Amino acid sequence: MLSRKIMLMQGNEACVEGALAAGMRFFAGYPITPSTEIAEIAAERLPKVGGKFIQMEDELASMGAVVGASLAGLKAMTATSGPGFSLKQENIGFACLTEVPCVVVNVQRGGPSTGLPTLPAQGDVMQTRWGTHGDHPIIVISPSSVREVYDMTIRAFNLSEKYRVPCILLMDEVVAHMRERVELPDKSSIDIINRKKVASTLSDYKPYMDYDSDGIPPMANFGDGIPFHVTGLIHDISGFPSTNPKVTEDLINRLMNKINNNIGDIIEYEKLYMEDAETVIVTFGCTARSVLSAIRVLRQEGLKIGMLRLKTIWPFAHIAIKELMQSSVNTLIVAEMNYGQLLETVKASAEGAFRIYGLNKYNGELITPQEVIDKVREVAEYA
Amino acid sequence: MRKELEKYFRKDKLPHIWCPGCGHGIITGAVIRAIDNLKLEQNKICIVSGIGCSSRAPGYLNFNTLHTTHGRALAFATGIKMANPELKIIVLTGDGDCSAIGGNHFIHAARRNIDITTVVFNNSIYGMTSGQYSPMTPKGAFATTAPYGNIDRNFDLCKLAQAAGATYVARGTVYHVPQLIKLMEKALKHKGFSLIDVVDICPTYFGRRNKMGSPVVMMEKIREMSITARTAAKLPPEELSEKIVIGEFYEEQAPEYTEEYAKVMKKAQGGKLNE
Ligand SMILES: Cc1ncc(C[n+]2csc(CCOP(=O)(O)OP(=O)(O)O)c2C)c(N)n1
Ligand code: SF4
Ligand SMILES: [Mg+2]
Repeated sequence: MLSRKIMLMQGNEACVEGALAAGMRFFAGYPITPSTEIAEIAAERLPKVGGKFIQMEDELASMGAVVGASLAGLKAMTATSGPGFSLKQENIGFACLTEVPCVVVNVQRGGPSTGLPTLPAQGDVMQTRWGTHGDHPIIVISPSSVREVYDMTIRAFNLSEKYRVPCILLMDEVVAHMRERVELPDKSSIDIINRKKVASTLSDYKPYMDYDSDGIPPMANFGDGIPFHVTGLIHDISGFPSTNPKVTEDLINRLMNKINNNIGDIIEYEKLYMEDAETVIVTFGCTARSVLSAIRVLRQEGLKIGMLRLKTIWPFAHIAIKELMQSSVNTLIVAEMNYGQLLETVKASAEGAFRIYGLNKYNGELITPQEVIDKVREVAEYA
Repeated sequence: MRKELEKYFRKDKLPHIWCPGCGHGIITGAVIRAIDNLKLEQNKICIVSGIGCSSRAPGYLNFNTLHTTHGRALAFATGIKMANPELKIIVLTGDGDCSAIGGNHFIHAARRNIDITTVVFNNSIYGMTSGQYSPMTPKGAFATTAPYGNIDRNFDLCKLAQAAGATYVARGTVYHVPQLIKLMEKALKHKGFSLIDVVDICPTYFGRRNKMGSPVVMMEKIREMSITARTAAKLPPEELSEKIVIGEFYEEQAPEYTEEYAKVMKKAQGGKLNE
């Protein structure tokens, strides 16, 4: 008999389960609703599997501790919400430049500042991309259901380890606190990716040398017996500071290209009801749930509506927008719980190919299926 | 440099960036001599720093080295120590790095009594950004951001560390090098959070602004002002205001953080605690 593991689970709980399945062995955090359950569950579960949990004095420190633990060889994660996510930016940038794998969960709540604790919002879309200063690579993925939180947390670790880049799991209050019946996959069926290690035979290790010509240098751990230097200054392939323009340019290019050259692997999206769609609603996270309910109603009325749900938020899925250009689609509605952050990116990507409208809400309430229906009818009149 | 110390340096990264007469090299040398005297295993040492002239020291040292963000060295170091308690962690930090932007991490690392040795290169100024006042700049001293004299009161880092929970606390100076090495050896041998506050000189900014004279004169001044903790204990407080009190202030054996966490792991796994 196949043992099926079905349970009622909260999004934040699924996040920790996924993280443990991915091999997380370190968590540092600072409490903030609506992410706190992640820290609480990690505190209980990690020591049971030989992992470590620590509650730091603030988010600056918890992000620093996560990077430190990852450099010492553990898969590490932290979780927070808006105000804490702002504080983490400094050391997220450090991890981007020094290429230290780590997972940062941001359970969004209404902002700016202390904002609306702890009502739902999706207002951190741009902050996840450009929250820390300077040109930098980053991967951001966003789940819409509890089961997807589990899968995407594993994916966040895998992407982070594979590309040596921080991966942000962008959740929202709804997905984090929602309870759903989920069936977890059998552990043996889960693909786990671990960072590329340095061959112990390698002499004169250069921590930032592109040995495999894939843009991703193999990593040693502190304590492995190969001493190396890590700095948040621009550095050469040996890891030491440099202000040489060529060295700087080469480094930034490699950092950006290791993501840009692999978008096929990194970008995921879901298209539903697209066969004959003329209007497509672009959305992500919890809003996709309302959009889907609305589409089911509108389809019964014979309206040709489809959905493009972004699972990878950054790098942006330009490819998905380009695909729409080859179809019957003429109108896009970008539905998001913010003032129009993704809307601008979609517009830029579409290069004038569609009529594009925003469905935006930023008052702490969800976008309801009825509001989606009303918007579709409203834009139909402009046609 | 003594031949047997060469292995501790990344010779291809020298010469260093420090100004002639800067005290940072003396402190770095003392750290290395203490490590050598104790015959600590080079591969098992991890040296972590923040940002500042002083925080550049790890780049010259042949160990696992991490140059982090301004003030955050102890946060990164805490993660490393938790992940791999076998590593000996040394944090090299400036007075600004440690006591201003990193002040919160400093008191919490001390409170946890995590096994990290913190060495503060205390030159009473922000050297790297060219001479602004730090929380360690004495009242009345001049700095580029205190052109009329500093009105801030400065910390006593040793008292701060002790109050926060550090279990080994000492102060040395760049003039009293043999003593400094001894203090560092004790700090490195100590299990728990240890602090060495090292009175240092920045001739380029603090010295010049305050018309202190040459580096040699600044060193002389340190010698004149220094008294031992033992002598200081016999003097009334008003006679101490112009003094640098050096030596050991506090030592205590107390539960170390990563060892306590090891017990948590045992408990969580249902194992018995042997206490
Ligand atoms: C977040 C941040 N703020 C400010 C700075 C600029 N900064 C670099 S070093 C420094 C002061 C360093 O002073 P200290 O720690 O005393 O070291 P010293 O240079 O004197 O050895 C400052 C303010 C920075 N790098 N990062
Ligand atoms: S500026 Fe001051 S602290 Fe910095 S290297 Fe020069 S003398 Fe040393
Ligand atoms: Mg200083």
